[in-house]
Amino acid sequence: MAELLAKSPCEGLLPKEVDGLTLSEAKRATMTSLSPYRGQEAVLSDVLKTEHGMALPRPNRSAGKEGARAVWFGQRQVMLIGPDPAVSLADHAALTDQSDAWAVVLLEGEGAEDVLARLVPLDLRREHFKKGHTARSQLQHMMVSITRVGDARFQIMAFRSMAKTLVHELEIAMKGVAARRAS
Amino acid sequence: MRLTCPVCGERDRREFYYMGDAVALRRPDPEAGDAVWDDYLHNRDNPAGVTRDLWQHEGGCGAWIVVTRNTMTHEVLETALASDVKGSVG
Amino acid sequence: MRIAGKGLVDRQAPVSFRFDGHTYQGFAGDTLASALLANDIRVVARSFKYHRPRGVMGAGSEEANALVTIGSGAAQDPNVRATVQEIYEGLEARPQNCWPSLTVDLLSVNDLAAPFLGAGFYYKTFMWPRAFWEKLYEPVIRRSAGLGALSHQHNPDAYEKAFAFCDLLVIGGGPAGLIAALTAARAGADVILADEDSLFGGRLNGDVETVGGMPGAEWAQSIVDELEAMPNVRLMRRTTVTGAYDQGTYGALERVAHHLADRGGQPLECFWRIVARRAILCAGAIERPIAFRNNDRPGIMTASAVRTYLNRYGVAPGRRITLFANNDDAHRTARDLVDAGVHIAAVFDSRRDVPESNAYPIYRGAEVCNTSGRRGLESVTFRTASGEDKVETDCLAVSGGWNPSLHLTCHMNGRPQWSEAIQSFVPVEGMVPGLDTAGACRGTLTTHGALQEGVAAAQVALEALGIAFDKIDIPEAEDAPYRVSPLWAVAGKGRAWLDFQNDVTVKDVKQAAKENFASVEHMKRYTTQGMSPDQGKNSNVAALAVLADATGRGIPETGTTTFRPPFVPVSIAAMGAGAQGAGFAPQRFTTSHAASVERGAPMIEAGLWYRPSYFPAPGETTWRQSCDREVNMVRNAVGVCDVSTLGKIDIQGPDAGAFLDFVYTNMFSTLKVGRTRYGLMLREDGTVMDDGTTARLGETHFVMTTTTAAAGPVMRHLEYVHQCLCPELDVSMISVTEQWAQFAVAGPQSRALLNALVDEDINDDTWPFMGCGDIIIQGVRGRLFRISFSGEHAYEIAVPSRFGNGLFRELTARAEALGGGLYGMEALNVLRIEKGFITHAEIHGRVTAFDIGMERMVSQKKDCIGKTMSERPGLNGPEREQLVGLKPIGPVKQLTAGAHLFEKGAAPTRENAQGYTTSVGFSPTLDGFLGLGFLRNGRARHGEEVMMVDHLRNLTTRCKVCDPVFFDPEGGRVRG
Repeated sequence: MAELLAKSPCEGLLPKEVDGLTLSEAKRATMTSLSPYRGQEAVLSDVLKTEHGMALPRPNRSAGKEGARAVWFGQRQVMLIGPDPAVSLADHAALTDQSDAWAVVLLEGEGAEDVLARLVPLDLRREHFKKGHTARSQLQHMMVSITRVGDARFQIMAFRSMAKTLVHELEIAMKGVAARRAS
Repeated sequence: MRLTCPVCGERDRREFYYMGDAVALRRPDPEAGDAVWDDYLHNRDNPAGVTRDLWQHEGGCGAWIVVTRNTMTHEVLETALASDVKGSVG
Repeated sequence: MRIAGKGLVDRQAPVSFRFDGHTYQGFAGDTLASALLANDIRVVARSFKYHRPRGVMGAGSEEANALVTIGSGAAQDPNVRATVQEIYEGLEARPQNCWPSLTVDLLSVNDLAAPFLGAGFYYKTFMWPRAFWEKLYEPVIRRSAGLGALSHQHNPDAYEKAFAFCDLLVIGGGPAGLIAALTAARAGADVILADEDSLFGGRLNGDVETVGGMPGAEWAQSIVDELEAMPNVRLMRRTTVTGAYDQGTYGALERVAHHLADRGGQPLECFWRIVARRAILCAGAIERPIAFRNNDRPGIMTASAVRTYLNRYGVAPGRRITLFANNDDAHRTARDLVDAGVHIAAVFDSRRDVPESNAYPIYRGAEVCNTSGRRGLESVTFRTASGEDKVETDCLAVSGGWNPSLHLTCHMNGRPQWSEAIQSFVPVEGMVPGLDTAGACRGTLTTHGALQEGVAAAQVALEALGIAFDKIDIPEAEDAPYRVSPLWAVAGKGRAWLDFQNDVTVKDVKQAAKENFASVEHMKRYTTQGMSPDQGKNSNVAALAVLADATGRGIPETGTTTFRPPFVPVSIAAMGAGAQGAGFAPQRFTTSHAASVERGAPMIEAGLWYRPSYFPAPGETTWRQSCDREVNMVRNAVGVCDVSTLGKIDIQGPDAGAFLDFVYTNMFSTLKVGRTRYGLMLREDGTVMDDGTTARLGETHFVMTTTTAAAGPVMRHLEYVHQCLCPELDVSMISVTEQWAQFAVAGPQSRALLNALVDEDINDDTWPFMGCGDIIIQGVRGRLFRISFSGEHAYEIAVPSRFGNGLFRELTARAEALGGGLYGMEALNVLRIEKGFITHAEIHGRVTAFDIGMERMVSQKKDCIGKTMSERPGLNGPEREQLVGLKPIGPVKQLTAGAHLFEKGAAPTRENAQGYTTSVGFSPTLDGFLGLGFLRNGRARHGEEVMMVDHLRNLTTRCKVCDPVFFDPEGGRVRG
């Protein structure tokens, strides 16, 4: 029996490169949302630390690194990105598979903040939104999660179904920033 | 306009959904009677001054927030998580 | 006329441009206004109402006269101030509001009709007959009285919006703003300095006075150089801060590319939302004109504008210049002109105590009382104690004093106060929280004073920000006292203009007062003074003074009108930047989108989603043919439809069941694991909010399905109920709409199709009706629900979205092999109408559970949202319009949605309406139109004949009322 073929959210849309700014799709990873049960935050954090090497991040922060990252994702919600979640996590939190729910893109390059400043109402100045900082916000009309994963590198997550619009908006902003720099 | 989400910090108004008077937190007993339910659902003050509203940080963390603000000066006096406020009013 | 050796324009860089069909030369650094004046072009525009010839009046964004249209065709940009538009090679500018041409404007007959076009003429003249409004008055007024025209084509230009954050926003880059920015920047604050000009420096660029021992413009450049090198400073040129909003938010319009021949992909404009912890307004001041008879002729300008054209652009706007002033400042203009070798014919000063000069005649206690000249100023008549006399002149520089540009301080309802000293309004502390003022906009009209206040305001801001700062040296600068004596309007007959843009004269204001429009806000609306692009910048204070005089009050008591954002006009395109075309709203695509498009399916929008309408088969020429075939296919074989757009919410936690019991009318805590149940959700007011199925996947794990349209609102509602009403429940929710690609497989062959795909055997024992659970499909873990929206034996199968495309194609191929295939929204709609299943066409926000016949679903064993109010009197009786089915029985066989229902034989009028239709469709199964609708006391009227009248489509159909379930009312097929 034939296997079902998998398709990534941004297939055929990325990568894009404009004047040193790049937009690419993040490598596919298992994504699991963790919502701690009442009073289980501390224990959950310990288990997460033991099993996956990082404590539960505080609001607006992420923990871990490329390949195994926990990104704060909303009120009482953290997204574990990378590893398959340890079974023991389920004793302390509601786990929901979100691996296919999000288009995850990486915006990188000098001026990435300027690109996002055209789309996102957040203060992303480097000294205010540092590496490891994350936020839930809006990119144009889309709900997004934005994490600074490098000095000039952002991880942006939007609903999978909106991947085309996400790429469209980012590309226009990238071109706008590039045109300003050229003049 | 900017509101301070107790979870996320100060954010642009566009990230928030406005619902209305925070009286919504005080849901009456099912047997409270028509007048009480009528008040709860329909009758609202329109204060020139301090008011308490419910907002949701829908474009952010999802938290419902009680915002205390002044309709005359637009000053935002306080923001608190609705779940905390509800917990304290019972 | 150009003056050799003067100005900051680049004489090595000639630029040619076109105005009114002719080609002219200017230099890089010129505005359109300076270049026209250099070419001795005096008439630039026609006035709004009287079509009077008008020339350049000022040198900044407050310009009231010289409005032109830039470009042509779709990209044409009307009402551009010639004083702001920088010239570039190939610039094409056109005069506006004149017909057929600028010099011969036939509509200037309005000028002769002026007696009839005074204050309130709209209200008086066009009152009656009423029928004339639409056909006659409005078109005529629109043609003759107007500003520039829109192209009526799609705007092809790109616009941008952007957000910026800073510690300190400095608004205005004159001496006060520059030194304020410098003070804060040296202290390490994150500073944004915005100025609407292309050049920082403000008045320093138009004056010859020195700052710190060097020409003002050079000093300004030196500060800009220092600021530019600092990483914590953002300099925003050509950027007007247009509004002050709550919590330190400011709107700013950046004119990115209006000055460029080749934009190189840049947007035309960018609208900024700047969030500043502190701000300093250093917006300067605007020189005001004096009202006197015929003070609107081309050649009559403000004195400071004349000085700016001379010193910044090297242009003398006349060859025999006269001046008229009530303050010392204007005499600088005369001095600079003389120094540049321009002839001064006379200076008229309304005061007696006036600075001396040997270079030109000064008339003390003198007033200009009239002017003449057909297409521009030729002479002025002035009056002194010894009588009237006339002087030939081609340019009259007027100064009635200075009005601080305090507009932004008023944007949050702050009220300025009157200053006797400068005879104008000045801001008071705290009008906008976090905003201080410095320099001329605060009423301090010397350069030295501006510098001092700039430093002081920056230090106040730094202290508030908690940033330490060093002392800064204030450079030496001009500090001559500003002496002004009030003079608003010269007494005399004839029309003396106050608001040039709207053709409002002294007489109009007086007439308004006489007709008891004596409040300043009433006068403004009655005369239109200060409305339209002027926004009171030039005319406000003088008009108030005239009104005060006419009503016998003082100016402070008269008060001022309210300044509102924006400070300069902002194009809608800039405000809505990013929302053109595909940016209007996000587009949501299902995983089957590409496959559906390949099949030629027309896509329809369902909220933000795109869903296939139908799948045309070869030979089918109408949608109905496709739809009928698809319906038959589902009823007789098997159909496949993407239902991923329905909202899916993962609900987990020990209290998940209790929570669902509270949000749904019926019980969910009793639902068995591995079972699905239909649920009805009410709003707290008892109205139906949404419906859908919820599956119990585990003891503490449910998946709720919402309708496509309500997915967002339901999620918000659930969070509201949890956080605001029952935070004690341990439950959490997350949308899984995007995680799963879900397909309906419906029809008698659906089980056969699936059994060939999945590992385990699907039968009535393993998957009974309303069963659900995990399943492996071609090696992928998915979920299977035995639910049906068609009334057929059906399933919904879900896989992680990355496999959606693959599974959809697989299901399609297998369905086709079984004599079935894909079905779209049209067929889905017909299938559910045949079964009487409701959608948001029925639960449209005004119906109750009783209305749709589901009142028994409101459990009596528990409380739930909306329960109490759903039991209100008036919501549960024969007076309600209730869900019914409708079938045509007369010669007209068609039904339409949105039509009204009437008793047989009743006149089809509003008072007789008994209900309406909500959903209709042609049923190939039952070979006729079927309709769902609401009919008063409808459930008791099955079998009755009613009349459906669609007044819009002109259709009347006799119908029989019946049960809304038309097909298989026993429900045998779904379980079969």
